[in-house]
Amino acid sequence: MSPVLAATSGLSIDYYLILSTVLFSIGVIGLLSRKNMIVMLMCIELMLNSVNLLLVAFSSYFGTNDAQIFVFFIVVVAAAEATVGLSILIMAYRNNRSIDADLLNNLKG
Amino acid sequence: MTLELISYILGGLTIGSALMVILSSHPIRSVLYLVVTFFFISGHFILMNAQFLAVVNIIVYAGAIMVLFLFVLMLLNLNQANEPKAKNVISFSSIIGGGLLLLVILAALREGLTFNKVIQKSGTGLVEQLGNKLFTDYLVPFEISSILFISAMVGAVLLAKREKPQID
Repeated sequence: MSPVLAATSGLSIDYYLILSTVLFSIGVIGLLSRKNMIVMLMCIELMLNSVNLLLVAFSSYFGTNDAQIFVFFIVVVAAAEATVGLSILIMAYRNNRSIDADLLNNLKG
Repeated sequence: MTLELISYILGGLTIGSALMVILSSHPIRSVLYLVVTFFFISGHFILMNAQFLAVVNIIVYAGAIMVLFLFVLMLLNLNQANEPKAKNVISFSSIIGGGLLLLVILAALREGLTFNKVIQKSGTGLVEQLGNKLFTDYLVPFEISSILFISAMVGAVLLAKREKPQID
């Protein structure tokens, strides 16, 4: 193994815990505060990525790569989710001529 | 020591660009800031010896998913003029809610903070190791994910297809 691959960052795991918590909360705030449906989908992607960051941090913390496989599957699911979400969004735009999430209130009593 | 400094700077940049995603009023700018955020997260992956995932993150997220978002934005021709504006009450209360979530998670983590260093085994994140694991231990989920992809593809085509005009 070449010496470049053995680089150690020397950071504690808490740094990544706090970083991914902050990123997740930013995603939650964006999801709640924006009305544009594309930006809401993007905030979901941001939340998924913060979880990926934490999984990779714990994977290198324990020195195994099982968590990295899970990140791989999360990326797969995120790709499928983004495709279906964007096509639902296109359909909503065709019906309403807008991507305002508040217009989709037909089920409201 | 320098790697530590790089990690801290990278973390700050990640949080800053993630904030810009939700703060910028123009949707195209948010997409571009999200791409920048994904590049920074890939930088974290490289620092944690997950080289394959860093490359996959750039190719799949920044390359494919974000281009799809950008394409839909351009297709629907959305600009700042018809950007839906949230009410002040809603944005204020969402900031309060998200801040409380952050507070609760950090308070729950406070007992568990260990200050243990991240152990770095070289080569756990390389294609060879991950491929060995993926095609032996995780073969069944891998195959099932292909079914997921096919159903997502069929669903996307079905949903986004223009409905045929009714002819009586």
